[in-house]
Amino acid sequence: MNTALKVLKADDFASDQDIRWCPGCGDYSILAQMKKVLPEIGIPPEQTVFISGIGCSSRFPYYVNTYGVHSIHGRAPAVATGLKLARPELSVWVITGDGDALSIGGNHFIHLLRRNVDLNIVLFNNRIYGLTKGQYSPTSVEGQITKSTPMGVVDHPLNPISIAIGAEATFIARSVDSNIKHLGAVLKRAAEHRGTSFVEVYQNCNVFNDGAFSYAQDKATRDDATVELEHGKPMIFGKNKDKGIRLKGFSLEVVDLAEGKVKEDDLLFHDEQADPALVYLLSRMRHPEFPEPIGVFRNVEHGTFEQAVRGQIDQAVEQRGRGDLQKLLSSGDTWTVKV
Amino acid sequence: MSTQAPSAIEKPVEHVSGITVRLVGDSGDGMQLLGQQLTNTSALLGNDVATFPDFPAEIRAPRGTRAGVSGFQVQFASHEVHTPGDTLDALVAMNPAALVTNLADLNKGGLLIVNDDSFEEKDLKLAKLNTSPLEDPSMENYRLIKVSMTRLTKEAVSEFGLSTKEADRCKNFFAMGLVYWLYGRNMDATLRFIHGKFSAGKSTIAAANEKALRAGWAYGETIEALGHSYSVQPAKLTAGTYRNIMGNQALAWGLLAAAQRSGKELFYGSYPITPASDILHELARYKNFGVCTFQAEDEIAAVCAAIGASYGGQMGVTTSSGPGIALKAEAMGLALMLELPLLVIDVQRGGPSTGLPTKTEQADLLQVMFGRNGESPLPVLAARSPGDCFEIVQEAWMLATQLMLPVIVLSDGYIANGAEPWKIPDVSKLAPIPVSHPQENNNPDGPFKPYLRNELLARPWAIPGTPELMHRVGGIEKEDGTGNISYDPENHQKMVHIRAQKVANAAKLLPPQSVEGPASGDLLVLSWGGTYGACLTAVQQAQSAGLSVAHAHLRYLNPFPSNLGEILARYKKVLIPELNMGQLRMLVRSRYLVDAIGFNKIKGKPFTVTELVEKISEHAR
Repeated sequence: MNTALKVLKADDFASDQDIRWCPGCGDYSILAQMKKVLPEIGIPPEQTVFISGIGCSSRFPYYVNTYGVHSIHGRAPAVATGLKLARPELSVWVITGDGDALSIGGNHFIHLLRRNVDLNIVLFNNRIYGLTKGQYSPTSVEGQITKSTPMGVVDHPLNPISIAIGAEATFIARSVDSNIKHLGAVLKRAAEHRGTSFVEVYQNCNVFNDGAFSYAQDKATRDDATVELEHGKPMIFGKNKDKGIRLKGFSLEVVDLAEGKVKEDDLLFHDEQADPALVYLLSRMRHPEFPEPIGVFRNVEHGTFEQAVRGQIDQAVEQRGRGDLQKLLSSGDTWTVKV
Repeated sequence: MSTQAPSAIEKPVEHVSGITVRLVGDSGDGMQLLGQQLTNTSALLGNDVATFPDFPAEIRAPRGTRAGVSGFQVQFASHEVHTPGDTLDALVAMNPAALVTNLADLNKGGLLIVNDDSFEEKDLKLAKLNTSPLEDPSMENYRLIKVSMTRLTKEAVSEFGLSTKEADRCKNFFAMGLVYWLYGRNMDATLRFIHGKFSAGKSTIAAANEKALRAGWAYGETIEALGHSYSVQPAKLTAGTYRNIMGNQALAWGLLAAAQRSGKELFYGSYPITPASDILHELARYKNFGVCTFQAEDEIAAVCAAIGASYGGQMGVTTSSGPGIALKAEAMGLALMLELPLLVIDVQRGGPSTGLPTKTEQADLLQVMFGRNGESPLPVLAARSPGDCFEIVQEAWMLATQLMLPVIVLSDGYIANGAEPWKIPDVSKLAPIPVSHPQENNNPDGPFKPYLRNELLARPWAIPGTPELMHRVGGIEKEDGTGNISYDPENHQKMVHIRAQKVANAAKLLPPQSVEGPASGDLLVLSWGGTYGACLTAVQQAQSAGLSVAHAHLRYLNPFPSNLGEILARYKKVLIPELNMGQLRMLVRSRYLVDAIGFNKIKGKPFTVTELVEKISEHAR
């Protein structure tokens, strides 16, 4: 047996299955970045598990040569929590979509985040139900015309990042399917974080909701429509790096740097350990009033769920000794019947 | 510590073979506690016991009202008993509402002990009564003992300086003392309980409760109205060391035993629901057994987390009651498709919907048989008594691991909260439940095949972390062998048959059906689940009366034992008593084309032996 550590490559994480996403789907790019990042993380395929729910994105596990469970709609966080409690040493990824995580699985999603189970959750947000062929999703925008909303969506959409901060997630990030360098870097940071890492990826569904995120994807607009969050750096954006974000009372504003009236030091400096209220403000930045932040919103350390749960088990064994079943069955009041 | 205070007046003792007592009061009066103590004490004296706690769903229902009445019935005897008794030798009623809602079950000439202090105008009004039932001429049918329990308790504990409320709370111990004297029950175990429960910082309360208990005993000894006490000799149980055990407790302990026998850590995912929650409470205490209890955000997460743990190689278990099982249905289908071992335990209660949360029923049988989408059979086992819960979950886990599928265990509220003497098993004699996880790739020509099967059609339980065995499982239809997604028509038909055959194969691992009584004759009583004790007793009585009747009690509801059809054919008639509208009857009729007769009761209460004997008598000679 060869005991030397194998150098892993992207191909080591490719399964033998034909990929059945529509040509041009944003999912391909996310899969490619994941396969590129996994070897860099250095965890071997057999220690890695992908767990998904239902939807286009949830076919993901079949396309990576790791362990995987394609579970049921919305429940991947619960399956993953059980697996991680049972096997804390495994590297567990949850792959989900906007309908899967925020609609049918909304309950599990918030409880996963607040418990801080040490796993990574990647939400492919395309603002549409793709696999059921084009109904509106909880992130569809008001007025959006879909098969189930011929007169336009009337619901107010959910904001995944706002929900994540509301549930006090310890790692919150956003990236864009077409921005492959950025996406790869964000996935890697998510993997490195201890605790639940939540990554929202803007993903284009070119069949049922084409161009939903074109402002954040197209070369012509993306520099003005997004702002890259960098820890410790001022929030500057724009093709010419001439616009910034400033804190004004309890809200944010876009300021012009070109005129020289506002200096860099006046801008909001991004802090991944900032007060949750500030993270919430960032999550509310919406195109076209604001550039939408991409990158790591929040990255804080907090004890993990499985560590606390396993810790109590260890503590119980330490304090009371390993359980003795015969002793337990015979505990309390007993009596003996002689022959 | 001596519990038998020297007595000035020695009263005569009447020896009886068994006694049925019901204790009734407000849901805050401590009737359940009183009943449990009387049960435990009787078991320790060597009596056989069976209990029936009956309480409202509300924690503190409106005081003094009929809806708020909480009761505990216990039969203790010098012979084997399998039911808590049909009618009462004695009724202890703490208020008018409790009296009027329970009096009908008291035998003519039975002993009726009431707390006289709580029959005032306001108490009668709360019970919606215009006149005191104690003044009713029908009282002549009973031996009525009116006791000023509130006043006597207050006087007895006056030395401790308790508040009126605290002193009043001791009166159930006064009642207990009186009952203990009446039936010659030793007070030791209850005194140990009192001092254990109220130890830290509450020694005054403990002392007051002891005083109230002893005062009740002394009262019985003293008053002239009670001319004699009773004695019930120990029952002749098989040799061994016994304890008193409740159904949910036995179930929790059975899970620990199953985990140990299979060398697995127990992962228990659950969401609070009556009457299953006590299993969660019990297991949460045993983290030192390596048990991981996970109180999930909902029923669905509870079962899904258990599936995740099973996928990781642990013993995944989830428990609930009917409404929660309905929520878990889709995930049970997933586990069936993943072909992972899992225990799903349904402690049934009255339905549908929220139904009767604290009452018993057997109406989830068809739900667990058929309540999933697609062709999705699963093995179903049903416990028959509190102690049996210990065995049955181990048997279910053996099946789950041998066949690689979820197994359903049915219990019910009557079993869960009921108690019986239980012979403590020798753990060292419990055989291992063999479980293995493959380490080698089973496919020389390519990637590991997660759905390559053994002779029982079980697939290998390969777990994450094992090199070279990476594979994907999912709820979508898969190709046999490889587990790859497949929409091929022939493959789907094949997989549906394989999954059905796996369940059918369970019969190969289980014993055949046994029958108590004649091998053929007029009538076979076919029962399942918690009605075991009542059916057994009724058939025995009918047999003693010379009727041609036998009893078969089903433990395995899916698949049925392989010899069941042949047994059914040997009797002229088959009677199926159930606490539902005839669910087993529907299964038996469709499977065996036997025109079984139903006896169906849907009142949230167990069968009485009397009504069963009457029904048997209609069909057997």
